[in-house]
Amino acid sequence: MAKTIEEINQKIRKKQAVVVTAEEMIKIVDKNGSQKAAEKVDVVTTGTFGPMCSSSVYLNLGHTKPKIKIGGGTCRLNGVPAYTGLAAVDILIGCTATPEDDPRNKPYPGEFKYGGGHLIQDLVAEKDVHLSATAYGTDCYPRKEIHTLINIRDLNEAVLFNPRNGYQNYNVGINVSNKNIYTYMGVLKANMGNANYCSAGQLSPLLNDPLYKTIGIGTKIFLGGGTGYVAWQGTQHNPSAKRKENDVPITPAGTIAVIGDLKQMNAEWLVGVSMLGYGASLMVGLGIPIPILNEEIAKYTSVKDEDIFAQVVDYSDAYPNGKPGSLCEVSYTQLRSGQIRVNGKKVKTASLSSYPKALRIANLLKEWIEKGDFLLNKSIAPLPDSESKYTVKPFIERSE
Amino acid sequence: MVTKRIVLNFPPELIEKPIAYHLVKDYDLEFNILKADVNPKEEGLLVLELKGRNDNYKKGVAYLKTTGVQIQPLDQDVIRNEDKCTHCGACVGICPTGALYVNPETREIIFDNTHCIACELCVPACPPRAMEVHF
Repeated sequence: MAKTIEEINQKIRKKQAVVVTAEEMIKIVDKNGSQKAAEKVDVVTTGTFGPMCSSSVYLNLGHTKPKIKIGGGTCRLNGVPAYTGLAAVDILIGCTATPEDDPRNKPYPGEFKYGGGHLIQDLVAEKDVHLSATAYGTDCYPRKEIHTLINIRDLNEAVLFNPRNGYQNYNVGINVSNKNIYTYMGVLKANMGNANYCSAGQLSPLLNDPLYKTIGIGTKIFLGGGTGYVAWQGTQHNPSAKRKENDVPITPAGTIAVIGDLKQMNAEWLVGVSMLGYGASLMVGLGIPIPILNEEIAKYTSVKDEDIFAQVVDYSDAYPNGKPGSLCEVSYTQLRSGQIRVNGKKVKTASLSSYPKALRIANLLKEWIEKGDFLLNKSIAPLPDSESKYTVKPFIERSE
Repeated sequence: MVTKRIVLNFPPELIEKPIAYHLVKDYDLEFNILKADVNPKEEGLLVLELKGRNDNYKKGVAYLKTTGVQIQPLDQDVIRNEDKCTHCGACVGICPTGALYVNPETREIIFDNTHCIACELCVPACPPRAMEVHF
Protein backbone atom coordinates (compact mmCIF):
# COMPACT_ATOMS: atom_id res chain seq x y z
CA MET A 1 0.00 0.00 0.00
CA ALA A 2 1.50 3.28 -1.11
CA LYS A 3 1.76 6.24 1.29
CA THR A 4 1.93 9.96 0.61
CA ILE A 5 4.30 12.47 2.15
CA GLU A 6 1.29 14.25 3.69
CA GLU A 7 0.22 11.02 5.43
CA ILE A 8 3.75 10.56 6.76
CA ASN A 9 3.81 14.18 7.99
CA GLN A 10 0.49 13.63 9.83
CA LYS A 11 2.19 10.78 11.71
CA ILE A 12 5.28 12.91 12.39
CA ARG A 13 3.11 15.68 13.84
CA LYS A 14 1.44 13.12 16.14
CA LYS A 15 4.90 11.71 16.99
CA GLN A 16 3.79 8.33 15.66
CA ALA A 17 6.06 8.06 12.64
CA VAL A 18 8.32 5.03 12.41
CA VAL A 19 11.76 6.41 11.60
CA VAL A 20 14.87 4.26 11.15
CA THR A 21 18.40 4.87 9.88
CA ALA A 22 19.53 3.41 6.57
CA GLU A 23 21.68 0.99 8.60
CA GLU A 24 18.67 -0.23 10.61
CA MET A 25 16.58 -0.51 7.44
CA ILE A 26 18.95 -3.18 6.09
CA LYS A 27 18.02 -5.56 8.92
CA ILE A 28 14.31 -4.70 8.75
CA VAL A 29 14.09 -5.54 5.05
CA ASP A 30 16.26 -8.65 5.51
CA LYS A 31 13.89 -9.91 8.19
CA ASN A 32 10.48 -8.81 6.89
CA GLY A 33 10.93 -8.31 3.16
CA SER A 34 10.57 -5.00 1.37
CA GLN A 35 6.76 -5.06 1.18
CA LYS A 36 6.22 -5.44 4.94
CA ALA A 37 9.07 -2.99 5.60
CA ALA A 38 7.32 -0.42 3.39
CA GLU A 39 4.15 -0.79 5.45
CA LYS A 40 5.97 -0.59 8.75
CA VAL A 41 8.56 2.13 8.16
CA ASP A 42 7.68 5.73 7.29
CA VAL A 43 11.07 7.40 6.99
CA VAL A 44 14.66 6.23 6.47
CA THR A 45 17.39 8.68 7.46
CA THR A 46 20.78 8.83 5.73
CA GLY A 47 24.00 10.71 6.42
CA THR A 48 27.46 11.48 5.16
CA PHE A 49 30.41 13.47 6.51
CA GLY A 50 33.48 14.10 4.40
CA PRO A 51 35.60 16.72 2.66
CA MET A 52 33.45 18.48 0.03
CA CYS A 53 35.55 21.03 -1.85
CA SER A 54 32.69 22.70 -3.70
CA SER A 55 31.41 24.43 -0.56
CA SER A 56 31.10 28.15 0.11
CA VAL A 57 29.49 30.81 2.24
CA TYR A 58 28.11 34.16 1.20
CA LEU A 59 27.73 37.03 3.61
CA ASN A 60 26.00 40.35 3.66
CA LEU A 61 28.11 42.51 5.95
CA GLY A 62 25.75 45.47 6.43
CA HIS A 63 26.66 49.06 5.55
CA THR A 64 29.27 51.18 7.31
CA LYS A 65 29.04 54.98 7.72
CA PRO A 66 30.23 56.36 5.34
CA LYS A 67 29.48 53.49 2.99
CA ILE A 68 32.05 51.33 1.20
CA LYS A 69 31.55 49.37 -2.02
CA ILE A 70 33.65 46.25 -1.46
CA GLY A 71 32.04 44.91 -4.65
CA GLY A 72 34.68 45.31 -7.34
CA GLY A 73 37.35 45.88 -4.68
CA THR A 74 39.30 43.43 -2.52
CA CYS A 75 38.42 41.68 0.71
CA ARG A 76 40.26 39.31 3.05
CA LEU A 77 38.91 37.52 6.09
CA ASN A 78 41.64 36.24 8.43
CA GLY A 79 43.90 36.67 5.39
CA VAL A 80 41.74 34.46 3.16
CA PRO A 81 40.63 36.27 0.00
CA ALA A 82 36.87 36.52 -0.52
CA TYR A 83 35.13 36.95 -3.88
CA THR A 84 33.98 40.56 -4.28
CA GLY A 85 32.35 40.56 -7.71
CA LEU A 86 28.86 41.07 -6.25
CA ALA A 87 27.02 44.06 -4.77
CA ALA A 88 28.61 46.53 -2.32
CA VAL A 89 28.67 44.40 0.84
CA ASP A 90 27.90 40.89 -0.45
CA ILE A 91 30.99 38.68 -0.39
CA LEU A 92 31.57 34.99 -1.02
CA ILE A 93 34.14 32.70 0.62
CA GLY A 94 35.10 29.46 -1.07
CA CYS A 95 36.45 26.67 1.15
CA THR A 96 39.56 26.06 -0.99
CA ALA A 97 40.70 29.72 -0.90
CA THR A 98 44.16 30.20 0.58
CA PRO A 99 45.82 33.39 1.88
CA GLU A 100 48.05 35.10 -0.68
CA ASP A 101 51.09 34.61 1.56
CA ASP A 102 50.46 30.88 2.07
CA PRO A 103 53.49 29.02 0.67
CA ARG A 104 51.10 26.55 -1.01
CA ASN A 105 53.05 23.66 -2.56
CA LYS A 106 56.51 25.13 -2.05
CA PRO A 107 57.84 23.50 -0.03
CA TYR A 108 56.20 20.31 -1.28
CA PRO A 109 53.94 18.90 0.00
CA GLY A 110 52.25 22.08 1.24
CA GLU A 111 50.49 22.05 4.59
CA PHE A 112 47.65 24.52 3.86
CA LYS A 113 47.20 25.23 7.55
CA TYR A 114 44.45 27.85 7.17
CA GLY A 115 42.10 28.43 4.25
CA GLY A 116 38.48 29.07 3.37
CA GLY A 117 37.25 25.90 5.07
CA HIS A 118 38.88 26.88 8.37
CA LEU A 119 37.45 30.39 8.01
CA ILE A 120 33.95 28.99 7.49
CA GLN A 121 34.38 26.84 10.61
CA ASP A 122 35.54 29.91 12.61
CA LEU A 123 32.56 31.92 11.36
CA VAL A 124 30.03 29.25 12.28
CA ALA A 125 31.73 28.83 15.69
CA GLU A 126 30.89 32.53 16.27
CA LYS A 127 34.57 33.47 16.54
CA ASP A 128 35.58 37.03 15.72
CA VAL A 129 37.12 37.22 12.25
CA HIS A 130 39.40 39.96 10.95
CA LEU A 131 38.08 41.70 7.83
CA SER A 132 40.28 43.85 5.65
CA ALA A 133 38.84 45.41 2.47
CA THR A 134 39.73 48.03 -0.11
CA ALA A 135 37.51 49.85 -2.59
CA TYR A 136 38.01 52.42 -5.33
CA GLY A 137 35.40 54.84 -3.92
CA THR A 138 32.35 56.25 -5.66
CA ASP A 139 30.04 59.21 -5.08
CA CYS A 140 27.52 57.00 -3.30
CA TYR A 141 30.15 54.73 -1.62
CA PRO A 142 33.03 57.09 -0.74
CA ARG A 143 34.95 54.97 1.78
CA LYS A 144 38.07 53.27 0.39
CA GLU A 145 39.35 51.06 3.17
CA ILE A 146 38.21 49.13 6.22
CA HIS A 147 40.01 47.00 8.82
CA THR A 148 37.77 45.55 11.50
CA LEU A 149 36.63 42.51 13.42
CA ILE A 150 33.33 40.96 12.40
CA ASN A 151 31.20 38.24 13.96
CA ILE A 152 28.55 36.11 12.26
CA ARG A 153 26.05 37.21 14.93
CA ASP A 154 26.13 40.79 13.65
CA LEU A 155 25.83 40.08 9.92
CA ASN A 156 22.59 40.38 7.97
CA GLU A 157 22.94 37.09 6.17
CA ALA A 158 25.40 34.21 6.34
CA VAL A 159 24.41 31.44 3.96
CA LEU A 160 26.13 28.15 3.24
CA PHE A 161 25.81 27.45 -0.46
CA ASN A 162 27.55 24.40 -1.85
CA PRO A 163 27.43 23.88 -5.63
CA ARG A 164 28.42 20.21 -5.36
CA ASN A 165 27.97 17.97 -2.31
CA GLY A 166 26.87 14.45 -1.51
CA TYR A 167 28.50 12.61 -4.42
CA GLN A 168 26.63 9.44 -5.25
CA ASN A 169 29.55 7.02 -4.97
CA TYR A 170 33.21 7.87 -5.54
CA ASN A 171 36.54 6.49 -6.75
CA VAL A 172 38.98 4.56 -4.61
CA GLY A 173 42.33 6.33 -4.93
CA ILE A 174 45.55 4.36 -5.32
CA ASN A 175 49.09 5.16 -6.52
CA VAL A 176 50.89 2.79 -8.92
CA SER A 177 53.96 5.05 -9.30
CA ASN A 178 57.15 4.64 -7.31
CA LYS A 179 56.87 7.86 -5.29
CA ASN A 180 54.35 9.02 -2.70
CA ILE A 181 51.68 11.40 -3.96
CA TYR A 182 49.54 13.94 -2.12
CA THR A 183 45.98 14.18 -3.40
CA TYR A 184 42.48 15.17 -2.41
CA MET A 185 42.13 11.45 -1.72
CA GLY A 186 44.79 11.84 0.97
CA VAL A 187 48.38 10.63 1.02
CA LEU A 188 48.73 7.74 -1.42
CA LYS A 189 51.87 5.74 -0.85
CA ALA A 190 54.08 4.55 -3.70
CA ASN A 191 53.68 1.12 -5.32
CA MET A 192 50.06 0.76 -4.24
CA GLY A 193 51.04 1.21 -0.58
CA ASN A 194 47.47 2.08 0.42
CA ALA A 195 44.06 2.89 -1.06
CA ASN A 196 41.61 5.55 0.14
CA TYR A 197 37.87 5.74 -0.49
CA CYS A 198 35.37 8.43 0.33
CA SER A 199 31.70 7.51 0.72
CA ALA A 200 29.41 6.59 3.58
CA GLY A 201 28.32 3.64 1.40
CA GLN A 202 25.11 2.12 2.75
CA LEU A 203 24.39 5.30 4.76
CA SER A 204 25.04 7.75 1.94
CA PRO A 205 21.97 9.79 0.86
CA LEU A 206 22.02 9.35 -2.92
CA LEU A 207 23.03 5.68 -2.72
CA ASN A 208 19.76 5.07 -0.83
CA ASP A 209 17.70 6.79 -3.54
CA PRO A 210 19.72 5.77 -6.58
CA LEU A 211 17.26 7.05 -9.22
CA TYR A 212 16.31 10.25 -7.32
CA LYS A 213 12.69 9.18 -6.79
CA THR A 214 12.28 11.25 -3.61
CA ILE A 215 15.34 13.51 -3.36
CA GLY A 216 14.90 16.52 -5.63
CA ILE A 217 15.06 20.28 -5.78
CA GLY A 218 13.52 21.73 -2.61
CA THR A 219 14.02 18.63 -0.42
CA LYS A 220 14.59 19.67 3.19
CA ILE A 221 17.80 18.19 4.62
CA PHE A 222 20.21 18.08 7.59
CA LEU A 223 23.02 20.45 6.66
CA GLY A 224 25.99 21.37 8.84
CA GLY A 225 24.14 20.57 12.05
CA GLY A 226 21.12 22.67 11.06
CA THR A 227 18.60 22.42 8.27
CA GLY A 228 18.93 23.31 4.62
CA TYR A 229 17.54 22.45 1.23
CA VAL A 230 18.58 20.83 -2.02
CA ALA A 231 18.92 23.89 -4.28
CA TRP A 232 19.64 22.24 -7.61
CA GLN A 233 21.44 19.28 -9.10
CA GLY A 234 25.10 19.59 -8.16
CA THR A 235 27.79 20.48 -10.66
CA GLN A 236 29.12 17.48 -12.62
CA HIS A 237 25.82 15.68 -11.89
CA ASN A 238 26.09 12.53 -13.96
CA PRO A 239 22.92 10.43 -13.79
CA SER A 240 23.93 8.47 -16.91
CA ALA A 241 26.79 6.73 -15.03
CA LYS A 242 26.84 2.94 -15.35
CA ARG A 243 24.67 1.14 -12.79
CA LYS A 244 24.26 -2.37 -11.42
CA GLU A 245 20.94 -4.23 -11.44
CA ASN A 246 20.02 -2.58 -8.12
CA ASP A 247 20.26 0.80 -9.95
CA VAL A 248 23.27 1.81 -7.81
CA PRO A 249 25.97 3.49 -9.91
CA ILE A 250 29.46 2.00 -9.89
CA THR A 251 31.29 5.28 -10.57
CA PRO A 252 30.82 8.84 -9.27
CA ALA A 253 27.29 9.78 -10.47
CA GLY A 254 24.62 12.11 -9.07
CA THR A 255 25.41 15.19 -7.00
CA ILE A 256 23.38 17.90 -5.27
CA ALA A 257 23.78 21.63 -4.68
CA VAL A 258 22.65 22.55 -1.17
CA ILE A 259 21.83 25.75 0.66
CA GLY A 260 21.03 26.75 4.23
CA ASP A 261 21.29 29.47 6.88
CA LEU A 262 24.81 29.23 8.33
CA LYS A 263 23.71 30.95 11.55
CA GLN A 264 21.77 27.89 12.71
CA MET A 265 24.53 25.41 11.83
CA ASN A 266 27.42 24.41 14.08
CA ALA A 267 31.15 23.87 13.95
CA GLU A 268 30.92 20.19 14.81
CA TRP A 269 29.44 19.54 11.37
CA LEU A 270 31.42 22.02 9.28
CA VAL A 271 35.10 21.29 9.82
CA GLY A 272 37.92 23.10 8.03
CA VAL A 273 40.53 20.64 6.79
CA SER A 274 44.04 20.74 5.34
CA MET A 275 44.72 18.15 2.67
CA LEU A 276 48.50 17.70 2.63
CA GLY A 277 49.95 18.78 -0.73
CA TYR A 278 46.47 19.51 -2.07
CA GLY A 279 44.81 22.42 -0.30
CA ALA A 280 42.23 23.61 2.17
CA SER A 281 38.71 22.22 2.17
CA LEU A 282 35.63 21.78 4.32
CA MET A 283 34.18 18.61 5.80
CA VAL A 284 30.42 18.90 5.52
CA GLY A 285 27.78 16.96 7.43
CA LEU A 286 24.78 16.18 5.25
CA GLY A 287 21.75 13.99 5.89
CA ILE A 288 18.60 13.40 3.88
CA PRO A 289 15.36 11.79 5.04
CA ILE A 290 13.76 9.43 2.55
CA PRO A 291 9.98 8.97 2.81
CA ILE A 292 9.08 5.29 2.35
CA LEU A 293 6.24 5.85 -0.10
CA ASN A 294 6.19 2.33 -1.50
CA GLU A 295 7.92 -1.03 -1.65
CA GLU A 296 10.38 0.05 -4.33
CA ILE A 297 11.72 2.86 -2.15
CA ALA A 298 11.87 0.53 0.87
CA LYS A 299 14.00 -1.82 -1.19
CA TYR A 300 16.31 0.97 -2.37
CA THR A 301 16.90 2.15 1.21
CA SER A 302 17.94 -1.35 2.28
CA VAL A 303 21.03 -1.24 0.04
CA LYS A 304 24.09 -2.59 1.85
CA ASP A 305 27.82 -2.14 1.50
CA GLU A 306 28.23 -5.51 -0.20
CA ASP A 307 25.92 -4.37 -3.02
CA ILE A 308 27.69 -1.05 -3.64
CA PHE A 309 30.77 -1.10 -5.86
CA ALA A 310 33.48 1.46 -6.60
CA GLN A 311 36.35 1.73 -9.07
CA VAL A 312 39.99 1.64 -7.97
CA VAL A 313 41.64 4.48 -9.89
CA ASP A 314 45.33 5.32 -10.19
CA TYR A 315 45.90 8.90 -9.02
CA SER A 316 49.52 9.04 -10.21
CA ASP A 317 48.68 8.86 -13.92
CA ALA A 318 45.16 7.78 -14.97
CA TYR A 319 43.30 10.39 -12.89
CA PRO A 320 45.53 13.46 -13.45
CA ASN A 321 45.81 12.76 -17.17
CA GLY A 322 42.16 11.96 -17.67
CA LYS A 323 42.79 8.42 -18.85
CA PRO A 324 39.69 6.24 -18.59
CA GLY A 325 39.58 2.88 -16.89
CA SER A 326 39.99 1.45 -13.43
CA LEU A 327 42.38 -1.11 -12.00
CA CYS A 328 39.53 -3.12 -10.53
CA GLU A 329 36.10 -2.92 -8.96
CA VAL A 330 35.58 -3.51 -5.24
CA SER A 331 32.59 -3.49 -2.90
CA TYR A 332 32.29 -1.27 0.17
CA THR A 333 32.31 -4.42 2.31
CA GLN A 334 35.74 -5.21 0.92
CA LEU A 335 36.86 -1.60 1.40
CA ARG A 336 35.64 -1.57 5.01
CA SER A 337 37.42 -4.86 5.77
CA GLY A 338 40.63 -2.80 5.75
CA GLN A 339 42.21 -4.61 2.84
CA ILE A 340 41.57 -5.13 -0.86
CA ARG A 341 43.41 -7.06 -3.53
CA VAL A 342 44.64 -5.08 -6.55
CA ASN A 343 46.56 -6.82 -9.34
CA GLY A 344 47.30 -9.66 -6.93
CA LYS A 345 48.68 -7.38 -4.22
CA LYS A 346 47.08 -6.91 -0.78
CA VAL A 347 46.48 -3.20 -0.23
CA LYS A 348 45.47 -1.52 3.05
CA THR A 349 42.33 0.59 2.71
CA ALA A 350 41.08 3.61 4.64
CA SER A 351 38.25 6.09 4.40
CA LEU A 352 38.33 9.86 4.08
CA SER A 353 34.69 10.18 4.97
CA SER A 354 33.73 9.45 8.57
CA TYR A 355 31.27 6.59 8.98
CA PRO A 356 30.76 7.20 12.74
CA LYS A 357 29.88 10.85 11.99
CA ALA A 358 27.59 9.82 9.11
CA LEU A 359 25.79 7.45 11.49
CA ARG A 360 25.41 10.22 14.08
CA ILE A 361 23.85 12.46 11.43
CA ALA A 362 21.36 9.74 10.46
CA ASN A 363 20.53 9.27 14.16
CA LEU A 364 20.20 13.01 14.83
CA LEU A 365 17.87 13.41 11.86
CA LYS A 366 15.89 10.41 13.12
CA GLU A 367 15.52 12.08 16.56
CA TRP A 368 14.39 15.38 15.01
CA ILE A 369 11.71 13.62 12.96
CA GLU A 370 10.58 11.41 15.85
CA LYS A 371 10.19 14.49 18.06
CA GLY A 372 8.03 16.14 15.40
CA ASP A 373 10.60 18.91 14.84
CA PHE A 374 11.35 18.08 11.22
CA LEU A 375 8.65 17.53 8.60
CA LEU A 376 9.29 16.07 5.17
CA ASN A 377 8.42 17.85 1.96
CA LYS A 378 7.81 16.85 -1.62
CA SER A 379 10.51 18.13 -3.96
CA ILE A 380 9.35 20.90 -6.28
CA ALA A 381 11.27 19.61 -9.30
CA PRO A 382 13.16 16.37 -9.90
CA LEU A 383 16.92 16.02 -10.34
CA PRO A 384 17.79 15.02 -13.91
CA ASP A 385 17.66 11.21 -13.84
CA SER A 386 19.16 8.35 -15.81
CA GLU A 387 16.44 8.70 -18.46
CA SER A 388 17.40 12.32 -19.12
CA LYS A 389 20.21 13.14 -21.53
CA TYR A 390 22.01 14.98 -18.72
CA THR A 391 25.66 13.99 -18.51
CA VAL A 392 29.09 15.26 -17.53
CA LYS A 393 31.26 16.54 -20.38
CA PRO A 394 35.02 16.94 -20.65
CA PHE A 395 36.57 20.36 -21.29
CA ILE A 396 36.97 21.35 -24.93
CA GLU A 397 40.13 23.40 -25.44
CA ARG A 398 40.18 25.64 -28.53
CA SER A 399 42.61 28.10 -30.05
CA GLU A 400 41.23 31.56 -30.85
CA MET B 1 63.28 -7.75 31.13
CA VAL B 2 61.78 -4.44 30.08
CA THR B 3 61.22 -2.85 26.69
CA LYS B 4 60.73 0.87 26.75
CA ARG B 5 60.72 3.58 24.18
CA ILE B 6 62.20 6.93 25.04
CA VAL B 7 62.83 10.24 23.33
CA LEU B 8 66.23 11.80 23.86
CA ASN B 9 66.85 15.47 23.25
CA PHE B 10 70.48 16.39 23.48
CA PRO B 11 72.26 19.72 23.31
CA PRO B 12 74.89 20.44 20.59
CA GLU B 13 77.89 19.68 22.85
CA LEU B 14 76.72 16.09 23.38
CA ILE B 15 76.18 15.25 19.70
CA GLU B 16 79.62 13.74 19.28
CA LYS B 17 79.56 11.60 22.44
CA PRO B 18 79.04 7.85 21.92
CA ILE B 19 76.02 7.64 24.21
CA ALA B 20 74.36 4.61 22.65
CA TYR B 21 77.67 2.74 22.74
CA HIS B 22 77.80 3.15 26.52
CA LEU B 23 74.24 1.90 26.90
CA VAL B 24 75.24 -1.34 25.20
CA LYS B 25 78.68 -1.82 26.67
CA ASP B 26 78.16 -0.64 30.26
CA TYR B 27 74.51 -1.51 30.85
CA ASP B 28 73.91 -4.46 28.51
CA LEU B 29 70.92 -2.79 26.88
CA GLU B 30 69.77 -3.59 23.35
CA PHE B 31 68.70 -0.57 21.39
CA ASN B 32 66.66 -0.01 18.29
CA ILE B 33 66.70 3.43 16.68
CA LEU B 34 63.14 4.38 15.80
CA LYS B 35 63.94 7.89 14.71
CA ALA B 36 67.05 10.01 14.54
CA ASP B 37 67.50 13.65 13.72
CA VAL B 38 71.08 14.42 14.60
CA ASN B 39 73.18 17.09 12.91
CA PRO B 40 76.65 18.31 13.94
CA LYS B 41 76.59 21.43 16.15
CA GLU B 42 72.78 21.42 16.43
CA GLU B 43 70.38 19.96 18.95
CA GLY B 44 69.75 16.28 18.38
CA LEU B 45 66.65 14.10 18.66
CA LEU B 46 66.82 10.36 19.03
CA VAL B 47 63.89 7.99 19.55
CA LEU B 48 65.13 4.70 20.99
CA GLU B 49 63.60 1.43 22.01
CA LEU B 50 65.66 0.01 24.88
CA LYS B 51 65.49 -3.60 25.96
CA GLY B 52 67.26 -5.20 28.90
CA ARG B 53 67.09 -6.12 32.57
CA ASN B 54 65.02 -3.73 34.66
CA ASP B 55 67.92 -2.73 36.96
CA ASN B 56 70.20 -2.18 33.97
CA TYR B 57 67.51 -0.08 32.29
CA LYS B 58 67.25 2.11 35.39
CA LYS B 59 71.03 2.47 35.60
CA GLY B 60 71.23 3.25 31.89
CA VAL B 61 68.62 5.98 32.19
CA ALA B 62 70.44 7.35 35.25
CA TYR B 63 73.64 7.43 33.17
CA LEU B 64 71.84 9.30 30.36
CA LYS B 65 70.64 11.90 32.84
CA THR B 66 74.21 12.52 34.08
CA THR B 67 75.27 13.34 30.51
CA GLY B 68 72.77 16.20 30.23
CA VAL B 69 70.40 14.47 27.83
CA GLN B 70 66.71 15.24 28.33
CA ILE B 71 64.59 12.08 28.46
CA GLN B 72 60.89 11.58 27.91
CA PRO B 73 58.87 8.41 27.61
CA LEU B 74 57.77 8.06 23.98
CA ASP B 75 54.06 7.63 24.57
CA GLN B 76 53.80 11.28 25.53
CA ASP B 77 54.91 12.45 22.16
CA VAL B 78 52.12 12.05 19.62
CA ILE B 79 48.75 12.89 21.06
CA ARG B 80 45.36 12.89 19.44
CA ASN B 81 43.22 15.94 20.05
CA GLU B 82 39.89 14.20 20.60
CA ASP B 83 37.92 17.40 19.97
CA LYS B 84 39.40 17.70 16.49
CA CYS B 85 39.36 14.05 15.34
CA THR B 86 36.44 13.35 12.98
CA HIS B 87 37.15 9.58 12.80
CA CYS B 88 37.55 9.74 9.03
CA GLY B 89 40.50 7.38 8.62
CA ALA B 90 42.98 9.35 6.51
CA CYS B 91 45.70 8.36 9.01
CA VAL B 92 45.03 4.62 8.97
CA GLY B 93 46.60 3.76 5.62
CA ILE B 94 49.83 5.62 6.30
CA CYS B 95 50.54 4.54 9.89
CA PRO B 96 53.45 2.10 9.52
CA THR B 97 52.88 0.24 12.79
CA GLY B 98 49.10 -0.10 12.92
CA ALA B 99 48.89 2.20 15.96
CA LEU B 100 45.99 3.89 14.17
CA TYR B 101 43.30 1.43 13.16
CA VAL B 102 39.56 1.09 12.65
CA ASN B 103 37.37 -0.50 15.31
CA PRO B 104 35.39 -2.96 13.18
CA GLU B 105 32.29 -2.61 15.38
CA THR B 106 31.93 1.16 15.70
CA ARG B 107 34.15 2.09 12.73
CA GLU B 108 35.79 4.67 14.95
CA ILE B 109 39.52 5.24 14.59
CA ILE B 110 41.49 3.93 17.53
CA PHE B 111 44.87 5.42 18.45
CA ASP B 112 46.91 2.88 20.40
CA ASN B 113 49.95 4.89 21.41
CA THR B 114 51.80 1.85 22.76
CA HIS B 115 52.39 0.96 19.10
CA CYS B 116 53.25 4.52 18.09
CA ILE B 117 56.88 5.06 17.11
CA ALA B 118 56.45 8.82 16.76
CA CYS B 119 57.32 8.81 13.06
CA GLU B 120 54.83 11.69 12.78
CA LEU B 121 53.58 10.68 9.32
CA CYS B 122 50.01 11.06 10.57
CA VAL B 123 50.53 14.62 11.82
CA PRO B 124 50.36 16.52 8.51
CA ALA B 125 48.25 13.81 6.82
CA CYS B 126 45.36 14.30 9.25
CA PRO B 127 42.86 16.60 7.47
CA PRO B 128 41.54 18.33 10.64
CA ARG B 129 45.09 18.21 12.14
CA ALA B 130 44.05 16.28 15.21
CA MET B 131 47.40 14.52 15.70
CA GLU B 132 49.71 16.73 17.73
CA VAL B 133 53.36 16.40 18.66
CA HIS B 134 54.12 17.27 22.25
CA PHE B 135 57.73 17.53 23.34
